[in-house]
Amino acid sequence: MSLVHKGRRITLLGLVLLAGVYVRALAFTPLERFQGPAQKIFYLHVPAAWSAMLAMGLVGLCSILYLIVKDLRFDRFAAASAEVGTAFSLVMLTTGPIWAKPIWGTWWTWDARLTLTLFLFFLFIGYLLLRGAVVEPGLRARYSAVLGICGLVLLPFIHLSVYLFRTLHPQPIVLKPSSPSLPGSMLVTLLVSFAVFTLLYVGFVTQRYALALQREAQGREHA
Amino acid sequence: MLSAEGLRHAFGTGGGRVVALDNVSFSLEAGQTLAIFGPNGAGKTTLLKVLAGLIRPDAGRATVAGGRGAIGWIGHQSHLYGHLTVRENLLFWAALYAVPAATRATRADATLRQLGIADRAEQAVWSLSRGLAQRAAIAKALIHEPRVLLLDEPFTGLDLAAAAEFRALLARFQGAGRVVVLATHNVGEGVELATDVAFQRGGRFVHFAPRGARRPAQIAEEYRRAVGEKEADG
Amino acid sequence: MADLLRQAWTVARKDLLLEFRTRTALVSALVFSALVLTMFNFGRDPTAVATIDLAPTILWVTFTFAAMLALNRAFQLELENQALEGLLVSPLSRTSLYWGKLLANLVFVALVEAVGLPLFVLFFDVPVGRVLLPLVGVIALATIGFVAVGTLFSALVIRTRFAELLLVVLLLPFLVPPLIGAVQVTARLLGGRPLSEAAGWFRLLAAYDIGFVSLATLLFPFTVDE
Repeated sequence: MSLVHKGRRITLLGLVLLAGVYVRALAFTPLERFQGPAQKIFYLHVPAAWSAMLAMGLVGLCSILYLIVKDLRFDRFAAASAEVGTAFSLVMLTTGPIWAKPIWGTWWTWDARLTLTLFLFFLFIGYLLLRGAVVEPGLRARYSAVLGICGLVLLPFIHLSVYLFRTLHPQPIVLKPSSPSLPGSMLVTLLVSFAVFTLLYVGFVTQRYALALQREAQGREHA
Repeated sequence: MLSAEGLRHAFGTGGGRVVALDNVSFSLEAGQTLAIFGPNGAGKTTLLKVLAGLIRPDAGRATVAGGRGAIGWIGHQSHLYGHLTVRENLLFWAALYAVPAATRATRADATLRQLGIADRAEQAVWSLSRGLAQRAAIAKALIHEPRVLLLDEPFTGLDLAAAAEFRALLARFQGAGRVVVLATHNVGEGVELATDVAFQRGGRFVHFAPRGARRPAQIAEEYRRAVGEKEADG
Repeated sequence: MADLLRQAWTVARKDLLLEFRTRTALVSALVFSALVLTMFNFGRDPTAVATIDLAPTILWVTFTFAAMLALNRAFQLELENQALEGLLVSPLSRTSLYWGKLLANLVFVALVEAVGLPLFVLFFDVPVGRVLLPLVGVIALATIGFVAVGTLFSALVIRTRFAELLLVVLLLPFLVPPLIGAVQVTARLLGGRPLSEAAGWFRLLAAYDIGFVSLATLLFPFTVDE
């Protein structure tokens, strides 16, 4: 089975499972005592943010590997990961405020998770813009790798900045951070959601990677 | 003193892939001057850049005894800062090439005299005429007394008088212990100075031999045949 | 090591010499800072928002924009003078090239800050006397941070289209930790809060500086070689 088909199968499976997670979260997971139904978005937001971070982490890792080995496959994977990461971040950044407005009356707060995702989004956009601005593949791969590594190193600093900021400036908590011990059923839903989002990530990246391969092959044929 | 082994290098991918170097190997000893003739796009500049360490080739190796510090480069770019004076430029480059601080000034003055622009030492480079600016660029290339000179189309923009002067300068430079590699598309320009001649086309050396007793016209004819024929086939 | 530093200084000296000859970028940055500070001063309603709240942000926005002017010209300068190739052909180590550029950029931004800070104090009538030393400290730490990353990125964008715009876009996320830290500490200092409250931010800024100067030094050769 070609890579594209594999990717499609995985993505399809992921989407179906995602629907399943929705159902489970809405119907089969108990209501959180203080926040009520509003809290349920948590099961989607946390894994989405996690997927975006995973995407960035892999961009960083592939960047390092590319600079060491100079294998363009790493560059291709990093690009695919960046695009998928952008999509995940964007979804999270749009659903966040849309959900927050009716519940909290405000479009945006500097919640830790939202803020981190926002800057992840900016990093991804910058990465893709840089790639768009450099034509020669070898040069593009090298420059992207430099940016990718810097982005990866930046993440903990942003996290720390937000943490320091929040401990001194308490903000309304839009998305309740996961408490250390979630009751069993909620934990299960959360973990399943994590798995599904990871699956979706794998599916999307596989598709994107396969697409990139196809495009390059076509480019060579039209020589 | 200078060697290239199995150099290969290409730019771009897919349809736009250009092979600039295709298995180029040669070596030069002190006292040799190699003139590389080839049409535009033959890969001459790429070869020089690989020799200078500017480009890392996809495959193969190039070594120059003494490393970057022993190389003088004259190419399309002036390497001179417009708003600095000629002398300030020379002192800057001399410092980067590790010319000892005590001798920098004297070396700069000597080089300026050698090129006949000593009276322009305190003039800002942007205000120099093209010919004088070119001489300043040559001064920059020679300030650190390099043992290897790499020249990429050095006669571009030089009028007959300036070209003759430059040839005389090169002849003086070609003394013992020096290697010169000169790349140009015009056979007439460098052929008298060369001890060895190469024709480059499509990234490859299609000819490489000592000049021997051949006259310039002869070499020009050989070049036309070697390169012209390929063009007809292509 | 001494050689590396010496060569870096040679590069920095050349950059600074060039800048003082032409003075365009420096003057632009100074005028720009003065303009921004003036505009903000006129624009605000003193009764509506306490100066102290807004002042740190204004100060740092001004400094950042001025820094961008410096960063943009750093490698553009080499391209304009057709000298970048010369630098790469010479035995100059890439590390020295980066440190030299970084040093020149830092001096440039420091000059703008040295003029901007008194202007700021003048316009906004903020009490800096007692906290001058730690204030200068945080200014230095934050500046080193974003100039270090900015210098690396400015080398990255020279061969791209819309280089100046791309530089800003790429740099934006990297400005966040140093800027947030700088604004927070400045606010605390101006508000007369004890220094210990800002300790965490100082540590963050220092870690950021060390981390990114090292990383940029490591990655720089990949940006500038063909």
